[in-house]
Amino acid sequence: MDGWSALADPTRRTILELVAVRPRNVRELAERLPVSRPAVSQHLKLLKDAGLVFDEAVGTRRIYRANPAGLAALRAQLDRFWSQTLVNFKQLAEQEDQ
Amino acid sequence: MSIDTAATSVRTEIVVEVPLERAFTVFTERFDHIKPREHNMLAVEIAQSVFEPTVGGRVYDRGVDGSECQWGRVLAYEPPTRIVFTWDISPRWQIETDLARASEVEVRFIAEAERRTRVELEHRHLDRHGEGWEGLAAGVRADQGWPLYLQRFAEAAR
Repeated sequence: MDGWSALADPTRRTILELVAVRPRNVRELAERLPVSRPAVSQHLKLLKDAGLVFDEAVGTRRIYRANPAGLAALRAQLDRFWSQTLVNFKQLAEQEDQ
Repeated sequence: MSIDTAATSVRTEIVVEVPLERAFTVFTERFDHIKPREHNMLAVEIAQSVFEPTVGGRVYDRGVDGSECQWGRVLAYEPPTRIVFTWDISPRWQIETDLARASEVEVRFIAEAERRTRVELEHRHLDRHGEGWEGLAAGVRADQGWPLYLQRFAEAAR
């Protein structure tokens, strides 16, 4: 799953915003969201796979941080931007060429 | 359309059923009609987007009140096959004043038949934007740019 698809879900957007403010573990995130801890873990896995967050072990806990480079998030935005631009371009070019 | 997974660039392409010259003209002269509308950095509605057709030319939006917002510089202008321009826009969708932190966009137009053109677009050197995340996170909190984009996508994907 790419960054853009990963962020199509409102719960994952909230999770990303929360870990962007400061690193948090699954329990802290679950307390702030209307979903279970296993559900939070699943969302975190998708965000991690998309390169938007990463995790690290601190003592016995695992905490999640937003990816500081943010390159994946930036790519997701631009991916969407240019794909939409080219679709619009095709429509306009072919319509005006009629 | 296909998407490249290289970490520091975004690639996409499309095939249009028009002649090469026509495709080039529409892309360079009608950019305000094809770029997604939510990315207006002016305070007012965009009247026109201008791509100055020469190396060193400016790429800018002009608002209905005459105000201008320059967000790119033309690095290559080779009608009807290729253009390259800089992307002087930060990850927060604000003008990047430090030009060393700008990325660049190359658009190639390839004739596949008399009335069919493939357009390949590559937005590269995204790593030059540097610590994009800091701005992006601030943008999320300020309810600008990024959430707007996501909102739009969520609506479209519904």
